[in-house]
Amino acid sequence: MPFFEAIRLALQQIWVQKLKSFFTLLGVMIGVTFLIAVVSIVGGMSRYMTDQLVGKIMAINSFEVRQRPSINIGDNSEEHRRELRRRPPIREADVAPIVAVLDPDTRWAAVGVGSQPAESKYLAKPKMVRVFTVTNQYFDIKKMEPVRGRLFSPQEYEQTSNVIVIGQDVAKYYFPTVDPVGRELVVKGLPYTIVGLMETQGSVFGQSFDQFIIAPQTSPLNRLVNVRGVINSIIVQTSSREGMLGAMEKVREVMRIRRHLRPSQPDNFELQTSESALAFWNKIKSYLVIAGVALPAIGLIVGAIVIMNIMLVAVAERTREIGIRKSLGARRRDIMSQFLVESATLSTIGAALGVATGFAFAKLIALVSPLPAAVELWSVLVGISIGAGVGIIAGVYPASRASRLDPITALRSE
Amino acid sequence: MSRDVTIEAPLGATAERQAVIASTNAAPGGDWVIVTRGIKREYDMGGEIVRALRGVDLAIRRNEYVAIMGPSGSGKSTLMNVIGCLDTPNEGEYWLNGARVSSMSDDELARVRNKEIGFVFQTFNLLPRATALHNVELPLVYAGVPAVERKKRAREALERVQLGTRMDHRPNELSGGQRQRVAIARALVNNPSILLADEPTGNLDSTTSEEIMRVFESLADQGQTVIMVTHEPDIAQHARRVVVLRDGLIASDERRSAFVEKLGVTA
Repeated sequence: MPFFEAIRLALQQIWVQKLKSFFTLLGVMIGVTFLIAVVSIVGGMSRYMTDQLVGKIMAINSFEVRQRPSINIGDNSEEHRRELRRRPPIREADVAPIVAVLDPDTRWAAVGVGSQPAESKYLAKPKMVRVFTVTNQYFDIKKMEPVRGRLFSPQEYEQTSNVIVIGQDVAKYYFPTVDPVGRELVVKGLPYTIVGLMETQGSVFGQSFDQFIIAPQTSPLNRLVNVRGVINSIIVQTSSREGMLGAMEKVREVMRIRRHLRPSQPDNFELQTSESALAFWNKIKSYLVIAGVALPAIGLIVGAIVIMNIMLVAVAERTREIGIRKSLGARRRDIMSQFLVESATLSTIGAALGVATGFAFAKLIALVSPLPAAVELWSVLVGISIGAGVGIIAGVYPASRASRLDPITALRSE
Repeated sequence: MSRDVTIEAPLGATAERQAVIASTNAAPGGDWVIVTRGIKREYDMGGEIVRALRGVDLAIRRNEYVAIMGPSGSGKSTLMNVIGCLDTPNEGEYWLNGARVSSMSDDELARVRNKEIGFVFQTFNLLPRATALHNVELPLVYAGVPAVERKKRAREALERVQLGTRMDHRPNELSGGQRQRVAIARALVNNPSILLADEPTGNLDSTTSEEIMRVFESLADQGQTVIMVTHEPDIAQHARRVVVLRDGLIASDERRSAFVEKLGVTA
């Protein structure tokens, strides 16, 4: 029986018993739904982590020399946190030795971070803002641009100057109706002129990244955030990944020598890359992947068992029909392919429906959560192929039973 | 037409018997559609061996209209299954159109059933969820005929049995007589060598039975070889030759006198 005929016959058979067919393919449908949904959710989370979370914080091909990691996803045992706090901080004095071992085309910036209350003439109530003091390559590395005004001039980096740039939330709070450029904010009694308003940095898990003011390192603000010469981090950016790895090792050596660490002692500082920030997420991801394989597998195995059983019942119910077909000249392989095509068609339809519901599920997740869950094409193709395969495997035994029926006995049944 | 005058023609003297004796392992030639030699068929029914056929020698020419009769248990259904290639004998030979069927594989038998044999059953055996047209098409599907030609030939077959207007009806929308005619059309669609009917009027009332018998007669007149298995003498009378089975062996093989000369056989 030609293939196309067999498919047409199978679809007819499935349509005649719609409800029963639906319940038969439910297992495969659920398995494929899990596959599509889990892949899209995990993919979405992964993208969120790399692009949104870490990508916003870490520039490409860069690493930060820090006392402790700024992004700590998981692994928050009490003793680990204590160990982190015990570490010596990074100091301004570390900058020169580190810069000395870097290639000339490598960018770097020293960053000081603190929180201070800021006031303006127009608003009585002061608010805490994050204060960053930076060296001149900071904005290049972070790829931050002003939407109004400008960044700092080379003179402002070299000489003490009371200039700042501010973030969107700061502007909205203090200067909701006017252009903040040219106006002043007062921190600890000193006024600072706003020369630029930065573009929005977004938010992660609800935490806004726009509540900052940034000043050059020579600013008086530096004394407030870099107490006793302590700085937050030194960012190093190379032009390539290999360059970054090489620079990291050189910097590690410098720091270990400065801190008199013996070879057996671990680092007491952090060289944070986007990968190290993501390390814990990657571990979680591997567990999610296992779930993402196990759940669909269970659904598909159950689906296969259901299909096999329903096909056995179908063969028993249609024994007479098989006898008739054989008497008209159907060979074993005609009967076999008829039933195999039927079970394969059934499971493929189940897989297709599973793709549709998985798709809907992913869209729902993307709508109600910050996760960019998007259906990945490979999971659709895998889902449908596995779906079809399951139907074929599950159908082999019933189809072979059907093909081996004796026509005379078959004709007598019912 | 004097139906009550029959000429006894014991198997030993007929041309049929000669044909059977002559074909020692060689395929019988030309005119003989069916030749069987020493067909034995036994079944194991829970320890007890049932001998359904104990050595049947039969020879049927092209264009004959034969009725196979016998009481239940005589083996007539088994003989029909063997002739129809649904069953293989334990012993003996069977040539269908010169081909030795008794030693064929499953797939080859299926092909023979498709091309050479047209079945008509007592219970019609139509696919209940398919239209009359699709039912008649079915042998052509298994013969690999493309769709357009299939439909054409199926339509022609249905018209031959005067069902041209009911092609798209399902069996449950047809009367018993119409259903049997669909079955006959299906049996004929692939131009088989023999039309094999098992109690074709068993599920029909007497008027419809006469109708169906007339169809068979007109088919026989047109040159189709028809073999009919029945236990009713009234029905068997419509045929031109009656073979009676008893206890797995042929008890008698008679011809209607009116047709003896037509066939040119000496008694």
